Amino acid sequence: MSRTAISLTVNGETREVLVEPRKLLSDVLREDLRLTGTHVGCEHGVCGACTVLVDGQASRACLVFAVQMQGRDITTVEGLTPAEGLSPLQQALHEEHGLQCGFCTPGIVTTFEAYLRENPDPSEDEIREALSGNLCRCTGYGNIVRAVKKAARMLREGVPV
Amino acid sequence: MKPAKFEYHAPETLDEALILAAQHGDDARVIAGGQSLVPMMNIRLARPDHVIDINNIEGLSYIRSSNGSVEIGALTRHHQIEQSSELTQLCPPLPAAARNIGHYALRQRGTVGGSLALADPAAEFPLMAMLLDAEIVARSAAGERGILARDFFISVFTTSLEPGEIVTGVRFPALGQGDGWGFRWLARRSGDYAIVNAATTLTLDGAGNIDRIAMALGGVGATPVRLTRLEQEVRGKAATGDWAREIAAQAAAQTEPESDKHASAEYRRELIEVLLAAALENALDRTAGRRPA
Repeated sequence: MSRTAISLTVNGETREVLVEPRKLLSDVLREDLRLTGTHVGCEHGVCGACTVLVDGQASRACLVFAVQMQGRDITTVEGLTPAEGLSPLQQALHEEHGLQCGFCTPGIVTTFEAYLRENPDPSEDEIREALSGNLCRCTGYGNIVRAVKKAARMLREGVPV
Repeated sequence: MKPAKFEYHAPETLDEALILAAQHGDDARVIAGGQSLVPMMNIRLARPDHVIDINNIEGLSYIRSSNGSVEIGALTRHHQIEQSSELTQLCPPLPAAARNIGHYALRQRGTVGGSLALADPAAEFPLMAMLLDAEIVARSAAGERGILARDFFISVFTTSLEPGEIVTGVRFPALGQGDGWGFRWLARRSGDYAIVNAATTLTLDGAGNIDRIAMALGGVGATPVRLTRLEQEVRGKAATGDWAREIAAQAAAQTEPESDKHASAEYRRELIEVLLAAALENALDRTAGRRPA
């Protein structure tokens, strides 16, 4: 099977990988780069669990081929987590009980990391609209919405966490 | 499941892409945002031998306006259209349509050219292309041609693009000063394709009667449809009283939607009545002088 060498930046580090063109970014992150924080749910773009940042924008890792990511800058949930403690979004999800099993959580953290940069003071309706791209079967979403609101406030006010 | 194997091409110029497209014809699929193509490949509904990635080609992502029309590059992402103040001013149905596509993350990558070339009969941009008489710009190694939306959409996922042709952009006429517009849809879940969607533009004459009207429906057949006959029939009619409900009832009577697993034909006909009437009322509210303070 012919493989292509690609070079991409993942969480700030340059990584070289040999990939078959058909290999999805989600599988390369998990299998080749051992970054298993990116979860794989539906593999057709519906569940949102595999969401990562591509050049800063929220993207489904299951809907891009890794070979397309030559020279791109990828951030996964591992890259959003500080060396010590948690990011504001992670901290808020923890405090507001915004997760139970946690399977969907990495996709929610990555999605709203990008979303809040662009829209730092979203209304509840806006949060719910953005959250509609991430399926969660445990929480009923209420606590996630509260956590996003709290994280937005923390980020706006620069509250240390 | 995982995609079947394919050969990947990442041309850096449009000319290179067109040569590849000519070479591989029907064996190749062009990937832009990939937000529909990749899911189809993941479940092996699509298994192209060659994938031509146009994301590295410069000059395919733009929003320009000139002489009463707006031109959008094929690689322009839904999110850019949603956020464009130029489009909000000149052709506001387009940002409204973009905002309704899929979910936040999908809109970051999905493109207008991809949506048109895919030709899903319930998708937002094909509906708007039909409503506004858009012209799709296609290039092949032989040259460039413009294809009117009504000649572009042939059937479900089928367009009049020839093998070797790539959509490079789309031209929409800007809305006139004082024109109103409306866009309504029903989907069971946020982000799903609509079961039925309806869009309209409306211009009133000095007396408040319908001067020009355009109406388009999606999800009611193999392509989005324009209600051309009805548009002519209601010209000159007063936009007062039950006008919107009456026009929408006629639209439902003149349309023959099909039943499928998502909805029966009867239900779709009811949706046409409700959604088109609401879109017409929204359009009236947005016409000049009637904008709510």
